[in-house]
Amino acid sequence: MSSETLTEKPMRVSHARNWRGFGWGFVAKLLLMMVVNAFGVTALLTAWSAEQWTFLIAGAVLLLVADVVYFSRRTVPLKYILPGLVFLLIFQVFTMGYTAYVATTNYGAGHNVTMQQAVDAALIQDERQVDGSPVYPLTVVTSGDTLGFAVTIDGVVLAGSADEPLQAIDGGVADASGRPTSVPGWDIVSVNTLLSDQALAQRVIDLRVAVSDDANDGALRTRDANSASVYRSSLVWDEATTTLTNTDTGVVYTPNEYGTFIGDDGSSLPVGFYVNVGAENFVKAVTDKDYATPLLRIAAWTFAFAFLTVASSFLLGLLFALIYNDERVKGRAVLRTLFILPYAFPAFMSALLWRGMLNAEFGVVNQWFFFGAGINWLGDPVLAKLAVLFVNLWLSYPYWFLVCTGALQSLPSETAEAAKLDGAGRWRMFRSITFPLLMVSTAPLAIASFAFNFNNFTIIYMLTNGGPRFADASVPLGHTDILISAIYQISGIAGGRADYGLASALSIVVFVVVGIVSAIAFRQTRKLEEIQ
Amino acid sequence: MRNKIGMGAALATSVLLLAACSSGEAAVTESASPSETSTAIDAAGQTLTIWVDENREPAVAAAAATFEAETGAKVELVQKNFEDIRADFLAQVPTGEGPDITIGAHDWLGALIEGGVVNTVDLGDNADKFSQVAVDAMTYDGQLYGMPYSTEAIALIQNTDLVGADAPATWDDMIAAGVASGAARPFCINTNGETGDGYTMYPFQTSFGAPVFVQDGGSYTSEVGMGGNAGAAFAQWLYDNGEAGTGYLSTTIDYDTNNQLFNSGECAFTIQGPWALGSYTDVNFTVNPIPSAGGEAASPFVGVQGFYVSSQSENALLANIFLSNYIATPEAMQALYDGDPRLPAFEGVDTSSAAYPEAIAGFQASAEQGVPMPSIPEMGSVWDFWNAAESAIIKGADPASTWETMNTDLTAALEG
Repeated sequence: MSSETLTEKPMRVSHARNWRGFGWGFVAKLLLMMVVNAFGVTALLTAWSAEQWTFLIAGAVLLLVADVVYFSRRTVPLKYILPGLVFLLIFQVFTMGYTAYVATTNYGAGHNVTMQQAVDAALIQDERQVDGSPVYPLTVVTSGDTLGFAVTIDGVVLAGSADEPLQAIDGGVADASGRPTSVPGWDIVSVNTLLSDQALAQRVIDLRVAVSDDANDGALRTRDANSASVYRSSLVWDEATTTLTNTDTGVVYTPNEYGTFIGDDGSSLPVGFYVNVGAENFVKAVTDKDYATPLLRIAAWTFAFAFLTVASSFLLGLLFALIYNDERVKGRAVLRTLFILPYAFPAFMSALLWRGMLNAEFGVVNQWFFFGAGINWLGDPVLAKLAVLFVNLWLSYPYWFLVCTGALQSLPSETAEAAKLDGAGRWRMFRSITFPLLMVSTAPLAIASFAFNFNNFTIIYMLTNGGPRFADASVPLGHTDILISAIYQISGIAGGRADYGLASALSIVVFVVVGIVSAIAFRQTRKLEEIQ
Repeated sequence: MRNKIGMGAALATSVLLLAACSSGEAAVTESASPSETSTAIDAAGQTLTIWVDENREPAVAAAAATFEAETGAKVELVQKNFEDIRADFLAQVPTGEGPDITIGAHDWLGALIEGGVVNTVDLGDNADKFSQVAVDAMTYDGQLYGMPYSTEAIALIQNTDLVGADAPATWDDMIAAGVASGAARPFCINTNGETGDGYTMYPFQTSFGAPVFVQDGGSYTSEVGMGGNAGAAFAQWLYDNGEAGTGYLSTTIDYDTNNQLFNSGECAFTIQGPWALGSYTDVNFTVNPIPSAGGEAASPFVGVQGFYVSSQSENALLANIFLSNYIATPEAMQALYDGDPRLPAFEGVDTSSAAYPEAIAGFQASAEQGVPMPSIPEMGSVWDFWNAAESAIIKGADPASTWETMNTDLTAALEG
């Protein structure tokens, strides 16, 4: 009955009448949304000034959606899932989409910039100081909107602008250094004015004042608004035909399908731009014959490495967890803490330390345990693989020790007691009760650990750097390289000759492989859950 | 309705506040009077972004302090790993996120030009005070792209208590002196462990007359120069002194091990750069040019460090003023040297303030017989093949075939 009386009450009363303050929840929400909006609007302003239209639109949409969701009464579920969705969009979907986009371009060494930037750079690289050109003290001058340069040559003050070559100015005065101090018909612009006006400064940097009517004589240019020299440029950019023409030699440079300017005499310009190359990177990633065999071997080792690491560290961790979960072990808390130590160490530091300890001549492993036998742990293909597996086991078993200890402690004691009453032995109990129940909670973690180790760049890079090299391959890859470290090597990022397009294509291939393996594995773990 | 207005007001206020904060710097800019003709520069409100590495940050900060004090402009130093600067500069300049100026090595130049991210520079009034070798190194195809400030090269470092201060003339003399000294190892050299280190080994390679790229009148072509008899002789030398031979070269020695061995007096001679001197605190040492192993001069790579201006800098004017008026001066060069002692590329820098002043002279002598490290973009592809082949030969692989394969694979990679 009470519900009826409630519904009879007028529910929608104006806030003006029953307003009893917002309540702390609302204040907190308002403050939070203020912060969100403030940051959002700053980001939008930044995107606006940087002319990043995609980010501007995406940011505006996200901000609008956030405001609608949190200030509307009809979107309660969205209020909970929106933050997660936004993170998913920014950190997963965007990253993957961008990687896929880069994979379809030839972005990398020599194709680093847009066409316009490449043209700018080509023009910069082409403009050369005329041999023997003196450095003239310079005064920047204006006349109305026209910007000009004034210099003194042979005691005569001259001035000119972009359209007017230098000409003598009657009554021009210069100081002792030759810097014009008074140029009739022109207003002098101080360096300070330029420095406080970035747009004007840019115009000064871009300004070229021809020294004579003959363009071949070159033009004055300044970099610091304080001195000028004569420069000469021979390349001309034609935007309509997208060609660069060398006016001295008559060679016309046309961009080819890879974004390189090729001259009609077969020469090319050093700077190129990135273009869309479609699926070419993917085709190269799977068909390049120099890489095919090494990559297959590396793929096989990657699977072996990831699987063996998970299996060995899981089994060792489980074994220790079982032992140290027994109540008869004294000082379990201290011992458990000690076990976790390798896990608490940064992995790359441990890998570096092990690299030193496994050194054939100076390493403590050989000196203490192998009578200084000089075993080349990191230089032999098989031993290096064993070393990688061992170090990774050392690094990751504490994780499984932790996980298994937790899982063991949460197992229902009734099942164990029931089994005991039924007369099950210790081994039988472990095999039929403990282990299957343990697998239910740890199998998904094992899959995650597999995926992590599949791309465990750190340990490979720090411990062996992929070495020892394949003696029979013509590419710089090695026996302990896993796919991700091979990608790093192939894409040339280390040597400075990066091919990000190819690297992105390869990492997408690896992503697909890991995805398929994980999907299959997760499907298998559903069977485990049937045990419960 | 009422709370919506409240919300709107709160929103507007916060936006205004932020907008005010972000434009605060611009608001304080003083407009200089146009008639002012004094040379004092007033760039208050402008910010110059410079990328530096950890070692050089204090040095550049010292040079920037004068600039800030005199011009009112702000210099924002962004500290980065030196190894990261090259790739980050290439990646970020085109997006507009790059710095106005960055510290860099001359051997990046080819890649930076290919990537279209560097502008040309002028050296300013003191142009004639720069060392010609350094200026040449920063020059590419006749254009100057960087303002050099230091050079560096590796040299022979010897334990004076064991082998005296006299420079050995040849490899054999050095080994003989090392053996006679009774040290555990006559000679140590860093091979970067199993990875191999073509850079540190290069003086011995050049002493056999096998440069990494064929040189055409001073500048490098993209033709690999390590093949032929000279290269084969060097490979054989590596093998003979490697783990299968005398054992003076060993892939068990990396940078830290090498320094430790030398500092503990177990090595009589080693080859290192000025950056390693800080590790040699327990021994007396002197620095000499590297002895020849193959008969010709042992020429180490000479690296030049300098400042690059971004091709996309919006502050190009200020950046150029900073370089030509505040870096290319004796005071700034001295400050750079005092902050981080490297062989100066500018005349008149007083090097006596260094921790090891006489060592600087030794490195200078070694650099004088050196060759510039190639700055062509192809150099980036060389290291992997080169280091691995040297490491394999030192470990006992067949020298002739390993070296030959390396040359073939490298040539193929450069063409591919």
